[in-house]
Amino acid sequence: MSRELLDASSDHLLRELAPQVLGAVVRRFHDFAAAEDAVQEALLAAAMQWPRDGLPDSPRGWLIQVAARRMTDYLRSEEARRRRETEAAAEAAHLAPDAGVVTEPGHDDTLTLFFMCCHPSLTPSSAIALTLRAVGGLTTAEIAHAFLVPEATMSQRISRAKASIKASSLPFQLPTAQERAQRLRTVLHVLYLIFNEGYTSSAGAQLQRLELSGEAIRLARSVHALLPDDAEAAGLLALMLLTDARRAARSGPDEELIPLTKQDRTRWDRAEISEGIALLTAALAKGSIGPYQLQAAIAAVHDEAPSAEQTDWPQILALYDLLKRTSENPMVLLNHAIAEAMVHGPVKGLELVAELDSDPRLAGHHRLDAVRAHLLEMAGDRAAALTHYRLAAGRTTSVPERNYLIAQAARLSGDTANKVQATRGADLTEHS
Amino acid sequence: MKYILMMTGTKADFDWYARWTKQDLEAQAAFMHAFNKELKDSGVLVSAEGLGFPDQARIVRAGSDGQPITDGVFPESKEFLAGYWIIDVESPERAYQIAARASAAPGPGGKASNMPIEVRPVMSGAPKQP
Repeated sequence: MSRELLDASSDHLLRELAPQVLGAVVRRFHDFAAAEDAVQEALLAAAMQWPRDGLPDSPRGWLIQVAARRMTDYLRSEEARRRRETEAAAEAAHLAPDAGVVTEPGHDDTLTLFFMCCHPSLTPSSAIALTLRAVGGLTTAEIAHAFLVPEATMSQRISRAKASIKASSLPFQLPTAQERAQRLRTVLHVLYLIFNEGYTSSAGAQLQRLELSGEAIRLARSVHALLPDDAEAAGLLALMLLTDARRAARSGPDEELIPLTKQDRTRWDRAEISEGIALLTAALAKGSIGPYQLQAAIAAVHDEAPSAEQTDWPQILALYDLLKRTSENPMVLLNHAIAEAMVHGPVKGLELVAELDSDPRLAGHHRLDAVRAHLLEMAGDRAAALTHYRLAAGRTTSVPERNYLIAQAARLSGDTANKVQATRGADLTEHS
Repeated sequence: MKYILMMTGTKADFDWYARWTKQDLEAQAAFMHAFNKELKDSGVLVSAEGLGFPDQARIVRAGSDGQPITDGVFPESKEFLAGYWIIDVESPERAYQIAARASAAPGPGGKASNMPIEVRPVMSGAPKQP
């Protein structure tokens, strides 16, 4: 095996093992924050040693052992520090490692870790960072790089997230049956945010950040594997795959945005579409329909259309009607207006958009202007469409999207100028 | 979402700043040091820099041969960037709160300087498209 291959495969293995190892170490030492640091150190040691010395017989056991050694060192120094502070006795019992629960290979705490890292008391950005590190096995440097912040800042963000979890004195166990549904929604939402971060990119001119969407898909696969009967976990994975399938067609050579209607559909990833549709079909059959399954179903209708013109808009409209009832998201209402326009004409769509003007969540949002511009253009009001494309361009915070909206405005203003000239020409001819 | 917080001033503001007492400067430096550390420790700081005085500012344009033509005599009324922070926070409201903290940095006599801080989003994430 070449050096690079071994590097890449052990990297992959490390990320797969990270949550299992962390789960085992937290169970043994009961200190999530410190265990998480110890496991990171063990992962780093493995990343250095394995490509050089070859894989150990039991990579999982090796990592647990190294992490446990780091934990023991840490606890000894903590204990010494505490003793110096003359309060050792009370804590000693609590700190004693309870041996025995070490390497039980069948046991997997990954799901518990997902719930810990996506704790509702954390801000989304903290939950995202902690999930990527503790469950995803990414290093702080990798996460910092993905979000374009300095490593020291990301490191602090992760430490603070762990401190919040510690302060909440949440036990390391699965949530109770009553809490479970709500807590799982938070986990799925965090994965959804990671995917979107990678798909639409929150940084500068680059439209898509592949590593983050890939990580989100990997983690969603993991949740789906742990909870195969949960229809929404399957729905989220399907949504990611059905959206990610269009990645190659979504931007041009200069990273310019290509809207769905203009994409070269031969570049869509058929394998991802098939997998997404199979997952979705199985999920829908379970009969507990939720917003991720509905969004995946909408994505599937687009993915299955041979051309933009052949899109089954009545079906998309029906799906948005259902989605509206399960989701509070104003973007759903905006997309519903587009679907109405595609089925019943732009005037109907514009009426619905007008109703959204008073929604404070959409006030001043560029997407409201962009949709209105598009519908006005469909309705033939080019001058008003131009105004709203320009408004939208001034309000977006994405460079590729701004460029796209300016180009739409330029296309219309060019048309308008030409038309005015043509009309004047006609006038002149008539009068002469 | 990332935001840039920009601290600007006219040539006259910079000249005024250059006449602060040692004590006032030290109080301001201590505030900035603690403020930056707090931003870093709370996991929001992306970068922060202070810039040279306007005396060193030059406007550069390329001449027809592509060589630089510099211009360095500026009207008194022109606003100059004095320094900036880039922060990564959850909402614009949070960015405004942090900007207000910076604006309240101590001025002469320890009184809040209330300097204007311009806050703008750093171009970034497109809206989520299902």
